[in-house]
Amino acid sequence: MHIPDGFINGATSAGFGVAAAGGVGAALRQTGKYLSDRQVPLAGLVAAFVFAAQMFNFPVISGMSGHLMGGVLAAVLIGPWAGFIVIAVVLLVQGIFFADGGLTALGLNIFNLGFIGALGGYAIYRMLLQALPKNENGVIIAAGLAAGISVPLAALGFVVQFAIGGTVDLSMGTVLTAMLGTHILIGIGEGLITAMVIGAVVRSRPDLVYGAPDYTGVRTEVLA
Amino acid sequence: MAGGHVHALYRHGDSALHRLRPQTKIAAAFLFVFAVVATPREAFWAFGIYALILLSLATYAGLGVKFVAIRMLVEIPFVIAALAFPFLAGGEKVTVLGIELSQSGLWDMWNVLAKATLGLLTSIVLAGTTEIANMLKGLDALRVPRVITAIMGFMIRYLDVVLGEFRRMRVAMRSRGYDPKWLGHARPYAASAGAIFIRSYERGERVYLAMASRGYTGHMPQSSLEHAPATQWLGVLIVPAFAWLVVAVAWWSL
Repeated sequence: MHIPDGFINGATSAGFGVAAAGGVGAALRQTGKYLSDRQVPLAGLVAAFVFAAQMFNFPVISGMSGHLMGGVLAAVLIGPWAGFIVIAVVLLVQGIFFADGGLTALGLNIFNLGFIGALGGYAIYRMLLQALPKNENGVIIAAGLAAGISVPLAALGFVVQFAIGGTVDLSMGTVLTAMLGTHILIGIGEGLITAMVIGAVVRSRPDLVYGAPDYTGVRTEVLA
Repeated sequence: MAGGHVHALYRHGDSALHRLRPQTKIAAAFLFVFAVVATPREAFWAFGIYALILLSLATYAGLGVKFVAIRMLVEIPFVIAALAFPFLAGGEKVTVLGIELSQSGLWDMWNVLAKATLGLLTSIVLAGTTEIANMLKGLDALRVPRVITAIMGFMIRYLDVVLGEFRRMRVAMRSRGYDPKWLGHARPYAASAGAIFIRSYERGERVYLAMASRGYTGHMPQSSLEHAPATQWLGVLIVPAFAWLVVAVAWWSL
């Protein structure tokens, strides 16, 4: 569920909209060498995959279910900048076609899930990778932990946006507790499922996992 | 979400709203929603005007009550969250039916519900009257980077295929007795999702090769961008312009 219209005031939403557009522009420049040709259909299919994965709710504990956000998953699978673009495209399609997430809130949502979730999450993943054993298990654990941390971080992004331009008279403490409380739980699910999906892919097609260092020496060309 | 069927988001029709150039509709929708968000919460009449505009457009386009109502369901989690505001917010209290509620919380609830609902209605009217291919053309005309619209196009084209794979996987797993109750049961699901990712990726490669063999060099053939005549721009933008006029009057009359 994404931020709808009216939650954050217009000026703040517009500001984050400009920032998100700048971010997409930067990501396109980063990936420009690759995304022009071969990788466009691939990125489209990965976006469809992330969207589909987001649609299937999974029971977390009885009575409460969550679904994948997929930021770290996409970034580890196809690279941070391409992952960011994929998340932005998913949010655009959800906002414009599915009315999920407000049109004015597109920038806010891209900031939280793309900047913080995909790019920030990937940075955490790289750092964790340094500290973990240099094998497949290291990749899986790092991806899971990074995904788990990225969810409450993205929620913090919302709290910051709320502090700047929130339209609701709630104390910051209330918002912080509510957002962090729920999203730490969601993060546990995100982390576990991300780790297991990455595990399934890295064991059968390690060449498809952009963020996994080449432990086997059989890497082929990947999406950057 | 709307069941994931992209084609179910569009309502076939032949109204003037359907025939408008998509770029004018997209621009108008964004400008309109920003006007809604910028409206002071105290101006009840302004929100009435917006609702009237959107509902008449939806009626004129023949979207139908059921179509709109089903698409509105996506809002339910936020309605529930907003209903909690009067209990959580601070400030002066008012007593309604013996329950103490925060006055500012009630205002916040109204503000968020009104604006989110009107924003949602705007998106529904836009998507309901604009075919997917036209929406992408409209985004192209509005100078959204072509790589982005190309990725969007591929994503939408293959969404039903990938969703279908997820669905078949679920049916296959359930028919073998898989009944996840909590997160600890997620491993088979995640393994299947991983398999679907590999399939999606490989499908992407096949699509690319098929396209390359038909002469694709990285750019889709320029599907003739249809420019919108100035009169059409004027005719469409009059709606958000009116909304911004309402915003100005609403602030002035506070």
